[in-house]
Amino acid sequence: MKSLILKTVSTTLLPLLILFSVFVLLRGHYLPGGGFIGGLIAAIAFILHAFANGLDQTRKLIRIHPGFLIPVGLAIAILSALAPVIFTGDPAMTGLWYEKDIAILGKIGSALFFDTGVYLVVIGVCLTIIFTISESV
Amino acid sequence: MNIDDFLAYIIMPILSTSSLLVFIRFLMGPSLSDRVVALDLLITIGIAIIAVYSIISHRPSFLDIAMIFALIAFLSTVAFSYYLEKRKRNE
Repeated sequence: MKSLILKTVSTTLLPLLILFSVFVLLRGHYLPGGGFIGGLIAAIAFILHAFANGLDQTRKLIRIHPGFLIPVGLAIAILSALAPVIFTGDPAMTGLWYEKDIAILGKIGSALFFDTGVYLVVIGVCLTIIFTISESV
Repeated sequence: MNIDDFLAYIIMPILSTSSLLVFIRFLMGPSLSDRVVALDLLITIGIAIIAVYSIISHRPSFLDIAMIFALIAFLSTVAFSYYLEKRKRNE
């Protein structure tokens, strides 16, 4: 679609939406948010860019195939779930927490890595589905 | 009458009635573009309802949801118009 307004808006909104998605991802422990919603917002940012600038431009922007994000995210999630078994001997999926607070992130623990894995999987699945549909239409 | 009562008993019914009317237009709409505009308006009313509800329930974290909704509300309209144009070209 050739529209100057949409193109300008998409280049402005892409970093803003990705920043907001990371904010939602990091906030997810105690407030509304989390990996799933953050991943959806980040996927929407790329879909908007694809609508404005064409699919090839967005593929060039992402560089890797979005389907590649699915195994990476799953690996991060599974590793964070197995981390208590390996390091402390607790049952799987026990929350491990680092005692000290970190400046911006707050308390950091294995749940954050699990959420990050979910975030990557959701981005990969959404972008793969949408790119396949828009190629075939 | 304080602001909470005002929002709960006057603004909320107005927004609910307007969303009902827009939904009737969405169901009846003679052409497809009428339905797309009605859908866009429904999303906008939804943003207003979320904002008012966040004031009534004293939870500012709902405002973030309204904000992200407002940022991407136009995406559905853009996507619909994109595929309508594509369909016209294919025919």
